[in-house]
Amino acid sequence: MIKIEAQLVNLRHLDELATGNTVIHRLNPCAKLLTTMVFIIVVTSFPKQMLAGLIPLCIFPVALVSLGDLPVSPLVRRVVLTLPFIVFIGIFNPLLDHSVAFQIGDVVISNGWISFFSILTRSILAVSAALLLVATTGMEGICAALYQIKVPKVLVIQLLFMYRYLYILLEEVGRTIQAYNLRSFEDTGIGYKAVGSLVGQLLMRTLDRAQRIYVAMRCRGFDGNIRLNRQTRVQYQDVAFAFGWSAFFIFVRMVNIPQWLGSLLTEGYR
Amino acid sequence: MHMADALISPVVGGTLWAVTAGLASYSAKKMGKDLDDAKVPLMGVLGAFVFATQMINFTIPGTGSSGHLGGGLILAILLGPYAGFLTMASILTIQALFFADGGLLALGCNIFNMGFFGCFVAYPLYKRIVGDAPTQGKLLAGAGIASIIGLQLGAFGVVLETLFSGISELPFSTFVLLMQPIHLGIGIGEGLITTAVILFIWRERPEILKKEPYSIAKGSINLKRIVVRMAIATILISSVVSWFASTNPDGLEWSIAKTSNQEELAAPEGIHSVLADWQKKIAILPDYNFKEAAEAASSSAKGEEAAAWPAVSGGTSFAGLVGSALTLLLAGVIGKSLKMAATKRS
Amino acid sequence: MSHHLVEVKDLEYTYPDNTKALCGITFRILHGESVGIVGANGAGKSTLLSHLNGILTPAAGTVRIGDYSLTKQTLRQIRRTVGMVFQDPDDQLFMPTVYDDVAFGPLNLGFLPDEIEQRVMAALETVGAAHLKNRPPYRLSGGQKRSVAIASVLAMSPDILVMDEPSSGLDPFARRKLIKLLLTFTHTKVIATHDLDLVLDLCERTIVLKDGKVLADGPTLAIFSDAALLEQGHLEKPFSMQGCPVCNSR
Repeated sequence: MIKIEAQLVNLRHLDELATGNTVIHRLNPCAKLLTTMVFIIVVTSFPKQMLAGLIPLCIFPVALVSLGDLPVSPLVRRVVLTLPFIVFIGIFNPLLDHSVAFQIGDVVISNGWISFFSILTRSILAVSAALLLVATTGMEGICAALYQIKVPKVLVIQLLFMYRYLYILLEEVGRTIQAYNLRSFEDTGIGYKAVGSLVGQLLMRTLDRAQRIYVAMRCRGFDGNIRLNRQTRVQYQDVAFAFGWSAFFIFVRMVNIPQWLGSLLTEGYR
Repeated sequence: MHMADALISPVVGGTLWAVTAGLASYSAKKMGKDLDDAKVPLMGVLGAFVFATQMINFTIPGTGSSGHLGGGLILAILLGPYAGFLTMASILTIQALFFADGGLLALGCNIFNMGFFGCFVAYPLYKRIVGDAPTQGKLLAGAGIASIIGLQLGAFGVVLETLFSGISELPFSTFVLLMQPIHLGIGIGEGLITTAVILFIWRERPEILKKEPYSIAKGSINLKRIVVRMAIATILISSVVSWFASTNPDGLEWSIAKTSNQEELAAPEGIHSVLADWQKKIAILPDYNFKEAAEAASSSAKGEEAAAWPAVSGGTSFAGLVGSALTLLLAGVIGKSLKMAATKRS
Repeated sequence: MSHHLVEVKDLEYTYPDNTKALCGITFRILHGESVGIVGANGAGKSTLLSHLNGILTPAAGTVRIGDYSLTKQTLRQIRRTVGMVFQDPDDQLFMPTVYDDVAFGPLNLGFLPDEIEQRVMAALETVGAAHLKNRPPYRLSGGQKRSVAIASVLAMSPDILVMDEPSSGLDPFARRKLIKLLLTFTHTKVIATHDLDLVLDLCERTIVLKDGKVLADGPTLAIFSDAALLEQGHLEKPFSMQGCPVCNSR
C-alpha cells in the first residue's frame, strides 16, 4: 500500500535531516533531549484557559529550524497532519464550555474557544519539538542520550536494532503488499483469507533473518554483551543551550508576555 | 489510541512515565537473568516486523471495515512478556519520534496503555485460555478474548488519563461511550488477525508456540506486587508534582473566578442544549464530572484572592490577543534573522 | 604453515527434516590457496561453508582448522581464524554505523580502544570504505554493503576467508572492484559461488559439489574445460570461456 512507501520516505527524510552539520546538530544529544522535555512539560503545564501565554514558546521551534537549516514545509506538513484528531477531541471544548472570556464589542469569545485554540497551539508546539529533536539529533544521538541517562541497555540496544532493520522490513512488507495488489483486482486491503499466510510467512522469514543475524554475531565473537563504543562530550555550549532555553521556558510560564505587551499597547491608547 | 501531548497535563504524563520507567527496568532486570542471547537480534527484528505489519490494512469479512495487527499479544507470545513489553515500548517510541504518533510526554501513557495491558494482562489471559495443549478453538478464543480485553483496558486508560489531565472538556460518560465501542470493534479485528497468524504458525511451525520463553506459572508474574508498587509510585509522584504545579490546576475554576461578570453565556438552542440533555440522560457517573466538581469548589473559593503562584495573569483577554499577535510577528522576525546569520556564517 | 590449513574428512550432515545435505566430503586446503566451491543449487555449498567455522556441527566426520579440531572448546579460537562473509550483507551489518559494525568483532575479542581504532580504520581503508565510517548500513549501496561486510571480518585479522556468493547482486563495476580487492588478499580463500568467471579470475583450484558429494577437485582451468563434467554438475563453462557471441563460434 502507498502508506508504507510514504512512511519509508518520511523515515528516510528525517534520518537524512539528522545528518546535517549545523551548530544545533553538533550539540550534545542529552542537552537537546533535556531541553525538549522541559519544553514539552512547560507547554503542557499551562492551564487550559491560557492561550496568549503559550505564544512566546514558538520562538524555540523557530530558532531550531533556522539555526538547524531545516526545510520548513515538510515539517509544517507533518505537524498539520496530526491536527485532525486533536480537532476532533478539542472541538468539544467550545461546544461544552460557554463561560465568557471577554468581549470585543458585540462579539463574545467564550472560554471554550480559548481552550480549543490553546489545545491546538499545544499540539503544534509539542509535535514540532519532538520532530525537531529527531531532525537535529537522529536515532543514534537519541539512543546515545538515553544510554547516558541510564535507560536499561537492553532497551537502547533494542531501539538501535529495531531502527536499523525497520527499513528492511518496511521494504519487504511493501513489496509483499504490492505483489498482493497486483494480483488482486480490488484495492481494498488484504482479504481475511490471505492474512494468516501472508503475515505468517513474513513472520517466518523474519524469524529466519533473526537467526542468520544471530549466527553472524556469534561468528564475530558475540557473547551476549553488546559493547557500545560511545563517548559524548559535554561542552560549554551544550550547558548554555540547555540552561538558557529552560530558563526562558520557565520565564514564559511565569510571565504572560503577550498579555503584558498587549496591555502596553491597548492601555497606551487610553 | 495514541495519546497526544496537547491533551495531557504534566502531572498525569509524569506519573505514567514513572510507572512505565519502573516497568521497563523491572522487565530489563527480569530479562537479564534469563537472557538467551539470541533474543537480542530477535527482539529488534520482530519489533521492526510488527511496526511494518501495522501498516497493512486488512479487510474484516462481513463488516467491510478494516483492521490492523496490534502486535502486543504476538510479541508476548513470541518473546515472552518482558521482552515483548520492551519491544512494544521501542515501537511506540519510534512512532512518537518519527511519525508524531503520540507525544513524547504522553509516551509513558501510551507504553502503559498498549504495552502493559497487552503483555502483562492480555498475554497471561491468553496463556490461561490456551493452556498446554492448543486446539484451533482454544487459540481463537484465547487470541480473541485477550485482544479485546487488552484493547478495552487500554482505551479506558486513555479515557482516565485524558480526564485527569483536565485539558479536554469531554465529560467522562461521553468519552467512555466514544472510546470503548470503537475499541471493541478494533479489538475484535485485531483478535481475528492475531488468530489467523497464530493458526498459521501453529500449522507450519508449532514448536515456536510451544517453546515457552518464560513460565507464566502462577508465581512468576507477581501481579499483586506490580500493582502495589505502581500505586505507591502514582501517589508519590502525583502529590510531589502537584505541589510544584500551578495551585489552580483546573483552569476552568480559575477562569470562572476571574471572569468579570461571572456570567455564563445563556445556552443557545441547538447543539449545547442537545448535548446537555444527552449528557444528563446517559451520564453513568453523574457525580464524576469534573466540571461540576470544579464549579462547586470555585463557588466556595469565590471570595479568595488570586493564588500565590507567580503572576499568572488569568486566562486570555483582548490585550492578550493583541500581545499574542505581536509576539508571533517578533518570533518570525527572530527566525528570519537567525537563518540569515546562520547562512552568513557557513 | 599449519595454522592456515583447512582439512575436512568424511564430512556428513543431515538437516532436521532428514534431508541429507552432505554425504562424505573430504578435501584439504593449504596455506594461501584460493579455492572455489561450485555446484548447482542444493548441492551443499552453503552447508559445507557453515561447517568451516562451526555454525553447523557435523553428523559424522571431522573438520580441522590449522592446529585445532573443531569442537565446542576451540570454537572461539577457530572463529578468530576463519572469517566468514555471508550471502546477505544485511544479515551481517546490524550495528548503527559502519564503524560500529567493523569494530564489533575486535570489541568482542577484547582489544583496547586504540587498537580497535587502528584495526577498524585499516580494514576500512583496505576495502576502500573509510569515508563511510559514520554511515548507517541502510544508507549504503549493495557494493558498499559488501565491502563493509568484508571489512567487518578483516578487522579480526583472520587467516582464512570464507565467502558465500560474494558477487551476487553487484553491478559490474562493484564486482570488478571486489575481484581486484580479493586478488590482493594473501589469506587462504574459500569461495562458494555461481559466478564461474569470478572463480576463474580468483581461484587456482576448484571443488565441484553434486548432491552433497565431491564430484571433482582440481585445477580450475582443467575443470572448466571439461564440458562433460560440467554438465554432470549442472553447470556450464564460464562466460569468458564460452564462444564469442558475435562470431558464434563454439
